Amino acid sequence: MVNPTHRRLAAAVAVPFLLAPTLSGCASDSHGRTKLTVLAAASLTETFGQLEQSFEKDHPAVDVVVSFGSSSALAEQVNQGSPADVIATADDKSIGLVADDGNLSGDPTGFAANTLVVVTPPDNPADISSLDDLAAADFVVCDPSVPCGSAAQTILDNAGTAATPKSLEADVKAVLTKVSLGEADAGIVYVTDAEAAGDEVMTVDIPADVNAVNAYFIAVVKDSGHADLSDEWVSLVMSPAGQGVLAEAGFGAP
Amino acid sequence: MSSSAVRTRGRAPLGLTLPAATALAFLVIPVAAVLIRAPWGTLVDDLSAPEARDALRLSLVTTVTSTVVCVAFGIPLAWLLARTSFRGRSLVRAMVTLPLVLPPVVGGVALLLAFGRNGILGKPLDDAFGISLPFTTAAVVMAQVFVALPFLVISVEGAFRASGERYDEAAATLGASRWSTFRRVTLPLAFPGVVAGAVLCWARALGEFGATITFAGNFPGTTRTMPTQVYLALQDDPDSAIALSLVLIVVSVVVLALLRERWLSGLST
Repeated sequence: MVNPTHRRLAAAVAVPFLLAPTLSGCASDSHGRTKLTVLAAASLTETFGQLEQSFEKDHPAVDVVVSFGSSSALAEQVNQGSPADVIATADDKSIGLVADDGNLSGDPTGFAANTLVVVTPPDNPADISSLDDLAAADFVVCDPSVPCGSAAQTILDNAGTAATPKSLEADVKAVLTKVSLGEADAGIVYVTDAEAAGDEVMTVDIPADVNAVNAYFIAVVKDSGHADLSDEWVSLVMSPAGQGVLAEAGFGAP
Repeated sequence: MSSSAVRTRGRAPLGLTLPAATALAFLVIPVAAVLIRAPWGTLVDDLSAPEARDALRLSLVTTVTSTVVCVAFGIPLAWLLARTSFRGRSLVRAMVTLPLVLPPVVGGVALLLAFGRNGILGKPLDDAFGISLPFTTAAVVMAQVFVALPFLVISVEGAFRASGERYDEAAATLGASRWSTFRRVTLPLAFPGVVAGAVLCWARALGEFGATITFAGNFPGTTRTMPTQVYLALQDDPDSAIALSLVLIVVSVVVLALLRERWLSGLST
């Protein structure tokens, strides 16, 4: 005798897949507001947070959701089909991967530049005053697989120092945490992150001739269901007001 | 009543099979996706790349070490919970269980605040002996022990309870001390449970990521374990990440199969 449960099971397995499109297709929240999803590099946390508020003020019917992560992870998310309207990365390589896969609706636009600084705990226990002092200190940088890490590597190479980091952190905020907790004597982070950390860290400038410049790029995702709103977000970032917010946080002009 | 008689009493209601099948599909599909997307053609290359090999080796060394530590310290704790009564025992058990439900990243932060250079124990340790734990392989082991120890303690305590106190009492009437009762009666009787607990504990240590990257950091050969390697490889070399994930999935399946065949039945009786 064939157990009827088997047939039922087969039918039941099929149902979730029929339901899936209706679940993932929602573009509005419970208040009927349109959801605009912006993927942004972790170093944009403060600035894009501010821009989100001003955008929502101008568009009361829009709920901007900014998701922060490392640029390469964000690029991977878009390429794997995560729903997103705009992507802003801290380098050209990551957004280039998205462009290469044909997932952008236009060419990426440069909207900011960021350089790096050395940060130490406020009491600077290892007496760091230049890049050369890193060799004798326990310092951390980002992993080379994320933009702040490749930039840090470039700087160490440029400076010709033999310094080896103690740890390659997953993103720039993790570097900052290790330094502000005093677990590392120093770290290499973006100027903007050091700025945002305020009194929690002390900064030591890196000379311009060895410093690395990360260019930030933004683009609208091809599968965005809200092309107009996405364009408006990009316009806001490029506008004098948007650029003002970025400059205040320590970003350089594109 | 035989089980088939029970089954014919009615068909399994759709109200149960539907959510059951959804739950099953939800658990199985992601794992199947890894198998489907796995870069079978370059698998050997991906896994023998120096970075992958370093991570594999480090994971093996640290998880075996942390399992040994868990067994050495966890069995006595399990015995204490199973065989003695003291005030605050339920509090002790709650504290043992805490890392099970704590987000691992929080565990990592907690370890930093305790054993970091500025931690409440780490600072005196650094001042007195110049020992700094973060960013060392020892820190990886500590993170793994922190998250895996509860698995061992809970399963071994269960095994101690399941084997009952009657044999312990018999040994005691025959004049055995508590120590020799533990060594020659309690532990051998609970052995299958101890092994099951150790395997579970090892598997949890192998998968540990959040506490490790927070407390120990990430450096090839010193602190970069398999899960960290998977996470970072995903950023710029997804194929390698999938290949390494595959290894972790295979290991998990093997562990489950072993537990089911050999020891899990011993644990539940």
